Amino acid sequence: MARQDYELIVIGAGPAGLAAALSAKEHGLSRILVLERDTELGGILNQCIHNGFGLHYFNEELTGPEYAGRFIDQLDGSGIEIVCDTMVIRLENSDDWRIVHAMSVEKGYQRLKCRAVILAMGCRERTRFAIQIPGSRPAGIFNAGTAQRYVNIEGKMVGRRVIILGSGDIGLIMARRMTLEGAKVLACVELLPYSGGLNRNIVQCLHDFDIPLYLSHTITNIEGKKRVQRVTVQQVDENRRPIPGTEMYYDVDTVLLSVGLIPENELSSEAGVKIDRRTSGPFVYENLETSEKGIFACGNVLHVHDLVDYVTEESQAAGKAAAAFVLGDAPADSGHVIEIKTEPTVSYTVPQTVRVNEVERSLRIFLRVNKIWEETSYIVFRDGDNVIARFKRDYMAPGEMENANIPRVLLDRVKGNTLRVLIEEA
Amino acid sequence: MKTLICIVCPRGCHLNIDEENDYKVTGHHCEKGETYGRNELLHPVRVVTSTVKVNSDIHPRCPVKTDQSIPKDDVFHAMKLLDSVLLTPPIRRGDIVVENIADSGAHFVATRDLDT
Repeated sequence: MARQDYELIVIGAGPAGLAAALSAKEHGLSRILVLERDTELGGILNQCIHNGFGLHYFNEELTGPEYAGRFIDQLDGSGIEIVCDTMVIRLENSDDWRIVHAMSVEKGYQRLKCRAVILAMGCRERTRFAIQIPGSRPAGIFNAGTAQRYVNIEGKMVGRRVIILGSGDIGLIMARRMTLEGAKVLACVELLPYSGGLNRNIVQCLHDFDIPLYLSHTITNIEGKKRVQRVTVQQVDENRRPIPGTEMYYDVDTVLLSVGLIPENELSSEAGVKIDRRTSGPFVYENLETSEKGIFACGNVLHVHDLVDYVTEESQAAGKAAAAFVLGDAPADSGHVIEIKTEPTVSYTVPQTVRVNEVERSLRIFLRVNKIWEETSYIVFRDGDNVIARFKRDYMAPGEMENANIPRVLLDRVKGNTLRVLIEEA
Repeated sequence: MKTLICIVCPRGCHLNIDEENDYKVTGHHCEKGETYGRNELLHPVRVVTSTVKVNSDIHPRCPVKTDQSIPKDDVFHAMKLLDSVLLTPPIRRGDIVVENIADSGAHFVATRDLDT
């Protein structure tokens, strides 16, 4: 192999990229390059200064920077090449090689050749444009994650009287953060009849500071000339239409939007990677390989996670699979292939397709339900009408990703080419 | 009977705490949840995370946390203590930033490394 050729290029050095690169190294690769567009490693964890990370993986409670630090420390002496301030602008795929086109101030335009690529670009926030809030366009309207960066990394306060639209975790975390920094957070407003955030965040970020959460409500107007001055909040009906006569007015200077995250897959699509509309991430096989040979995906670019611990586990699996691919232990396309089909109660699964022969002892399937299940119910996998596996849950919510570990022996019992997954009441 | 959502881990168990029966906790799935439920009613505590000013153009702030939970009532007081802190790199994770917050025995410590 020529000197400039790599066995593996990982795109993104957030929690997914770092764990994937370290795992690929551990599984036998030596020529690994990680490309990062930011000036430092760690990705979004750097601005997530709150604690609660690592309870599953490290069995202790860490802040975001501490969690990232644990992986950054392991890079020292690993031989993994890391290049920051570098933007990947194009990805090409051919049978034997992947070509990564990258730009940096230092090295200009580079064309890098490698055997395998791991996509670990993460996600970005949905914006006001995506949800079409009426009103004027004054200053003071931020995506919650952008505000988080201003406050936590750059040390700039973004406002004094705040309303938050959307009850995703970032919005909840920012409600607390702004309050601790002396702002008054007047309300958190959620369009859906349930919160998209973790229960624990509703308790420790809203309840702790007596911040009201209005479910089935939305912002219907934003007023202000230079800066936000007033916001109208209205209740919505079951079709999410504002109900006249329910208007509440808030004098605020800041609106934070926490209205969802979108995996960043422009690069992936251009390379021919097929995207699942349910996750906005690539379709993947059991080993996290995408529809394009030699291109793997993990972390929030694959599907938006609520816990970084699962990102780490998933990315380690991607690193291991990419190493196996490069070392010539690639999955054969023959054998029994099962497509996992979601029924209306389940919004998506990852992976979406399983090559049964490639599953070692068991296969962990991540999924999200599309409504709150407060009574004991089951995640059920069916081959036709036959139950292949059933997992009991006391409580499920769309904001909390579920996973089900199916033993290989059960997958071997699937006769057809589809496995249906659905939620059934006890 | 009081109902609480446990904040110890992302599972978010729904706890029932019987104040008239020696604060007996039910609905928890681990020991930590039992302790949390009882403490939350008797003397609630929180870990506080924030940032402090750093003498650096590249990294103007350094994230910090309390190295153990402090009483919930002391949270805003603890935040005030950070206002006057100015760190100069190099900073290492675990470096003490504010000692013995309000006599609680807890310290604010840096949560990331920052080089010069």
